[in-house]
Amino acid sequence: MTIETRLPVKQEQDIVTARQTARAAASQLGFGAIDQSRIATAVSELTRNVIRYATNGAGDIVIREVSSERGVGLQIVVSDEGPGISDVNQVMQDGFTSGHGLGLGLSGTKRLMDEMDLQTEVGIGTVVTIVKWRR
Amino acid sequence: MSVPVIQVGSCLIATLTEEIGDAEALDLQETLNSRIEKSSATGVLLDISVLETIDSFLGRLLNEITLGARLLGAETVVAGMRPAVAMTLVELGLKLDGVRSTLDAERGLALLGQHLNGNSHT
Repeated sequence: MTIETRLPVKQEQDIVTARQTARAAASQLGFGAIDQSRIATAVSELTRNVIRYATNGAGDIVIREVSSERGVGLQIVVSDEGPGISDVNQVMQDGFTSGHGLGLGLSGTKRLMDEMDLQTEVGIGTVVTIVKWRR
Repeated sequence: MSVPVIQVGSCLIATLTEEIGDAEALDLQETLNSRIEKSSATGVLLDISVLETIDSFLGRLLNEITLGARLLGAETVVAGMRPAVAMTLVELGLKLDGVRSTLDAERGLALLGQHLNGNSHT
């Protein structure tokens, strides 16, 4: 049975639920301890962004098993209907912060995962898709 | 659910679990600061051996707890970080410059004991 779970991201406690669900899915797919930690941490960063910055918009997270020529992977899609990001290149830089953190959220997440895609539109929202392939 | 803080001698000990959210982590920081003030504790041991995820928020807070406690005269040791967590923190780019860590709680208490010149277990 393939894994696919959708969870709401509305309040702070959802960050914990999201990362625990992602970790459980990674474990179920046979990812090792270090990859489980990378995935859980990446999910924690992305869902926190939704709570922090998309406060007036609903967010959700989809955790699903994917497959390609690279084998089996875990894909996580975090979307929100928040304000969007006006300068994507800027937010992807290490150390860039809008004032609430260390500025490692997005750039750090990219380093932890194998793939990362960010789609955003000002006033509409942001969708971040990350993938980790099982080694 | 708040993180319980116990006192053994002049050392405050807290165990962080996987369920710790942002609110609980901030609450722990406040609790530790007020407990240091009330008890004159000179050591803080944060046992993170069962913690499987440290993201940039919690990492930053561990740094802040350490620096804040130091200003109040208490040294903090973070004990029992899992290898997977350590690797993830490095990749994330988080620098825990102010944080002293040990392999496990026993070594953490020993380190705090040295810091107190052996007064910690009396």
